[in-house]
Amino acid sequence: MAANYTIPALTEDPDLRETPELTPGAMGHLKPFVAAPAHQEALGFPGTLVDGWEEKAVARLGELLGKYRSLQVYLDACVKCGACTDKCHYFLGTGDPKNMPVARQDLLRSVYRRHFTPMGKMFPRLVGAKELDRAMLDDWYSYYHQCSQCRRCSVFCPYGIDTAEISMAARDIMDHIGLGQKYCNEIIGKVHKIGNNLGLPEPALADTLEGLEEDVKDDTGHDVRFPLDVEGADVLLVTPSADFFAEPHVDGLIGYAKVFHQAGVSWTLSSHASEAANFAMFIGSYEQMHIIANRIRQAAIDLKVKRIVFGECGHAWRVAYSFLNTLAGPWDFLDPKYPVPQHILEFTRDLIRNGGIRLDREANTGMTLTFHDSCNVARASRMGDFEGGQFVIPREVIKASVPKFVDMHPDTIHDKTFCCGGGGGLLTDDLIELRVKGAQPRVSALKQVVEREGVTHMAAICAICKSQFTKVLPSYGLDMEMVVSVHQLVSKAIRLGGND
Amino acid sequence: MSVLFALLYYTAAAVFAAGLAYKIHRYATVPAPLKIPTTPAPLTRTGVAFRLAREVGLFESLFRADKLLWALAVLFHLGLLLVALRHLRYVVEPLWFWIVWVQPFGVYGGLAMLAGLTGLLVRRFVIPRIRYITGPSDILMLLLLLGIGVSGFAMSAVARTDIVAVKQFFLGLMVADIRPLPADGFLLLHLFLVAVLAIVFPFSKLLHAPGVFFSPTRNQVDDARERRHVAAWARPLDQQR
Repeated sequence: MAANYTIPALTEDPDLRETPELTPGAMGHLKPFVAAPAHQEALGFPGTLVDGWEEKAVARLGELLGKYRSLQVYLDACVKCGACTDKCHYFLGTGDPKNMPVARQDLLRSVYRRHFTPMGKMFPRLVGAKELDRAMLDDWYSYYHQCSQCRRCSVFCPYGIDTAEISMAARDIMDHIGLGQKYCNEIIGKVHKIGNNLGLPEPALADTLEGLEEDVKDDTGHDVRFPLDVEGADVLLVTPSADFFAEPHVDGLIGYAKVFHQAGVSWTLSSHASEAANFAMFIGSYEQMHIIANRIRQAAIDLKVKRIVFGECGHAWRVAYSFLNTLAGPWDFLDPKYPVPQHILEFTRDLIRNGGIRLDREANTGMTLTFHDSCNVARASRMGDFEGGQFVIPREVIKASVPKFVDMHPDTIHDKTFCCGGGGGLLTDDLIELRVKGAQPRVSALKQVVEREGVTHMAAICAICKSQFTKVLPSYGLDMEMVVSVHQLVSKAIRLGGND
Repeated sequence: MSVLFALLYYTAAAVFAAGLAYKIHRYATVPAPLKIPTTPAPLTRTGVAFRLAREVGLFESLFRADKLLWALAVLFHLGLLLVALRHLRYVVEPLWFWIVWVQPFGVYGGLAMLAGLTGLLVRRFVIPRIRYITGPSDILMLLLLLGIGVSGFAMSAVARTDIVAVKQFFLGLMVADIRPLPADGFLLLHLFLVAVLAIVFPFSKLLHAPGVFFSPTRNQVDDARERRHVAAWARPLDQQR
């Protein structure tokens, strides 16, 4: 299919990156599909735009201001200094000024000022206070669905203002007046009904896992198990459902299974909690997020496990690491020797360090790897017991699995990493234009190491990143198969045997 | 005129204090229901104190974002700090030794402040991105601060004011005794603009000053796996599961 939009040129040298010319309204036409009444009502939201939505939206904003300190402080504190203006990948890829973080925030801030501040009530023009009218609501719907909640802006803001908090609030308000986004809300409905984002029911899941056991047996000659709903297993593995069949995700799942197998640790998946992702975060709904998180608690109780380990997933790890204890804890019924939850990379790295598994780099001969720090892992969570472990641990595991590793440009890794362009509930085909354009900063840095350092593959630890890159890399002339799971590399490198 | 300015200053002080107290109370009492520090984040409270100190004292994040903006912001804020310290001599009697010591630096501070403000203002016109996000209130705020600085300097450079009398006026205000204020144009303008600044403070973007201390992405400890962090309004949800 020919693209009906321009694919942005890549930046030759990220050191010389120029900010794009402002093109007002460049992305104003782009709106994701609106949630159908059935998707809305399943989550307790009004099916269609309600009568009197203007007042109801303002009332909801008022409620949120009393529930979230972040929102209250961030709507007040911005000085419009502009430090964030050239930091968002969607702005860099589109040039639309409303994709500058401060301008995106101002869509909500202007309404806040009009209704909740004395200056905005008395001198609206002076302080940029605006009514919430249809044009504003359209802008909200467009531009709050052009934010992947990656938090890159918050790294650079002198007050730590996080546009993710603002876009979550805006989406929550829109849900409450009956203007939800189809992609997120339909998926959350599937999680409630079936247990995972992809709507994969238990029998299909059992089949898939059985098939994987056969594949691995054919491949390696070893009886590596993919257990489902096994009571009394030590570890409950919660992983994004894309791991069950999509490429390259599933190769990562095979990697986890081999690690558990070789370490001799009993584990299980759960059909009740067959999804690590928690899309309720994207729509800013604490209540929905709470329900989804507590599936995992229920699964852990039912299966009588001792530990919980999460597979490779970015925002899922944010919810897991940063929110799970709050939403679904306390975890006093689990083994206190281990953090709850653990990341599969923490688990694997410990085994590499204490000799529990052995990796053979030669198995990945010919590969030169780089690593894409997933935004929500990098800026909204941690791994290990030290600051910045989320940067060190994945690299350590990759370096133990492949002969050569090269980092991308320093302004595009660690906490300055660029989002893949598909996070935050935007990984949907109706937003493909945004996804391609938003990938420009990351792909520019990738192409640089491909050309200068001979990088052949880029590892990622997030289901969204993997799907997004697989989809958009061809637009920039790169091979979709260069995207790999970290545990796919481990899977190749791990030496099996000795404890069958 | 003295009575008018006395009333103005009592009003300004009251609005400033009450408005700011209201806002700070609000920031302190609205819960932060989830752990959202921008990571890597400190693992201890002490670490967080250092992070905030670096943010407030060195503008650490801004430094990473934009070196020119950082330099202008430091010029202005550090200048303002020195100027403010220099001005303590108008309300403290007898003077503490370090207020005397800081006096000459206050002058340099004033110059730095004006240079920083001018740079910040020019920036708002010449960089298209910044121009796009700039509203009338952003310009007015810079002009207000520039006006304060320029009228301040004018009192020593253009028409000298009897600063001993000014000090008596302010010492008087503190004991509810209205003493004569010299009726000099620059002085009155200077004092008027400062009062305006104090009055708009709690209703404007100047709230970034208290706000930064309450910013969850900066003031939270990275200990989410070790400690639950349930807000009062979220607690009933735990009963339902």
